[in-house]
Amino acid sequence: MAVVEVRGLRKVFDGGRARRRGSHGRVNAVDGVDLATSEGEYLVLLGPSGCGKTTLLRTIAGLEQPTDGEIWIGGHVVNELPPRARRVAMVFQSYALYPHKTVRANIVFPLKAQGIDKTERAKKTEWAAELLGIGPLLDRRPRQLSGGERQRVALARALVREPSVFLLDEPLSNLDAKLRASARDELKRFQRRVRTTTIYVTHDQVEAMGLGDRIAVMYEGRLRQLGPPVEVYDDPADTFVATFLGSPPMNLVPRDGVLVGFRPEHLLPETLVHGDDRLVVPFQVDRVEHLSGDRHLYGTVRGLGAETRVIARLPVTVTAPVEPGEEHQFAVHADRLRFFDADSGERTEPVSVRTGS
Amino acid sequence: MTDPALYPTHGQSVSPPEVTGVPHASPPVDLRERRRLADRDGLLAWLFLLPSVVYIVALVAIPFFLAIAFSFSDVTAGDPSFDWAGLRNYQNVFDDPVFWQSLRNTIVFTAVSMLLIVVLGKVLANILIADFHGKWLVRFLVLLPWTTPVALSTIAWLWLLDSVFSPIDWVLRELGLIDVNMYWLGKPDLAIGSVIVVHVWRLVPLAAVIMMAGLVAIPKDVQEAASVDGAGFWRRMFEITIPLTMPIIAVAALFGAVLTFTDMAVVYVLTRGGPTNSTQVLASWAFFRGIEGGDVGQGAAIALFLFPLLLAAAIAILRAVRRMDVS
Repeated sequence: MAVVEVRGLRKVFDGGRARRRGSHGRVNAVDGVDLATSEGEYLVLLGPSGCGKTTLLRTIAGLEQPTDGEIWIGGHVVNELPPRARRVAMVFQSYALYPHKTVRANIVFPLKAQGIDKTERAKKTEWAAELLGIGPLLDRRPRQLSGGERQRVALARALVREPSVFLLDEPLSNLDAKLRASARDELKRFQRRVRTTTIYVTHDQVEAMGLGDRIAVMYEGRLRQLGPPVEVYDDPADTFVATFLGSPPMNLVPRDGVLVGFRPEHLLPETLVHGDDRLVVPFQVDRVEHLSGDRHLYGTVRGLGAETRVIARLPVTVTAPVEPGEEHQFAVHADRLRFFDADSGERTEPVSVRTGS
Repeated sequence: MTDPALYPTHGQSVSPPEVTGVPHASPPVDLRERRRLADRDGLLAWLFLLPSVVYIVALVAIPFFLAIAFSFSDVTAGDPSFDWAGLRNYQNVFDDPVFWQSLRNTIVFTAVSMLLIVVLGKVLANILIADFHGKWLVRFLVLLPWTTPVALSTIAWLWLLDSVFSPIDWVLRELGLIDVNMYWLGKPDLAIGSVIVVHVWRLVPLAAVIMMAGLVAIPKDVQEAASVDGAGFWRRMFEITIPLTMPIIAVAALFGAVLTFTDMAVVYVLTRGGPTNSTQVLASWAFFRGIEGGDVGQGAAIALFLFPLLLAAAIAILRAVRRMDVS
């Protein structure tokens, strides 16, 4: 178990052909990231495709050399160390099992590389196989396994050498939706048991919210926000985080150089919002979607700022009839409002918002 | 082109579909008319296969059966009339110690060359897939030996290994490693070594390119997983890379073996089988006997010996490839 820390990390890729033609094609995949895990933490790197999260993970693993900055694992700078000397274990998106080896040989491989003797190897393999419930599969080849089984074998291979850090690169993305949910649960329980610092890369906010002790949201090579799931969801640092997390995303209404943001689930019929600090707005509904019990209402609000299309999410418990084409009085609690600078997208101080009613 | 008689139907006739109710319906046409030549797979298959079938029949099958026929005849360059000679040619060939020498040489040359070709080809392939400046030039230069005609490049080697003017000897002399010339092609041991070296030099690039294809096909993340798992260069090489590319390596070995086994140009140009038949191989011996010596029957009998050996080797390697379980 160890703390992983990156300081001022930058990684620049030269585009292959572009190298000869000048600076075109240079990509700042990771553009100055400072990030530290705490002991035994489950840290999730979340961001859209191409935001640099996988590059950051691979740089920590030692598969990429950083252009700038330092990587610390367990109190040592490991920039110069090859992957095998970093005591990290990585699970790849494709699992990268050795196709010509049996499951047993796959799991034993890291132990053999460490030069652990035979009886000890067998013992650890048994332990890892039992922990992940793949005992009966030990003599099979990877191609005889289902996706979920492969994922468990990859985890066992990572686990067996008792690394100081787990690096997981979208390990659930190759599983179908149903399996993904149960595998997510398994992953979390598994990490609770072994208590190893884990860095988990995903573009799936559900995985991030469900798994992470803290979430690091990345965009365009930069760290946008780092915090526990609830904080990242409730108090997004900028409009990117606000709209990337949450489904449907946060509503943003322009008003006098600021963007007023509120989550769809906080825009509710007036009768359900009590208290003095509520803001009542007319909501012109033009479309209703029923999604897993909830109702998503699409429409425009007036009075909060510029007339803007927003989404309201009514929980299944709200049975008030709402039809497309109708206008209803909806309301939001003032303390649910978040304010962002319209130009930079950064969070700003709350401004007073009074509506007509 | 609309005359249906031009397009006789094969078996079941295809009637034009009903087009009632469509406003701009064209008059019913035979849909098969819309098939172009490129859509007719059966015909195309024959068209494309024909040249290679003609080629194989004319240049492989006919000579092969001719050779079988000649080996049972008393045909010579001076008397081309075909008379049945039974197994006499084979009898004569087996009684000749040069034949056994050639057979032994062929097997030794092939085995040693194949081993060296695979090992050096593997090393070269690893160098070639590495990313460095000017790799295209290096790849081009490496492939040159393979693209040069064997006879031509062997003549270059003939000069390199010349008894008097050999540049190799000159370098060794200047370095003070030898006092007198080596006579590369004049001493049996050195001549055998020289022939093998030329074979290896000629075939390593081919093997390297074949194995390169195999190396490139290994998923990158499998290699990366191995390095994160703690494997160093050699462990990755022997536990991941080589097992995963084994079928390709076997194919490269097969190519190396077949091309060495059947080649007579290197021996013919370099040593003409000498000194005293110490580098004679089956192919060159068959040529000397059958063409230069004029005894076509014996030449054919010797040459036919290549066939079962080659067949056995090819089958053995291909079966091994199929048994390998790497996917």
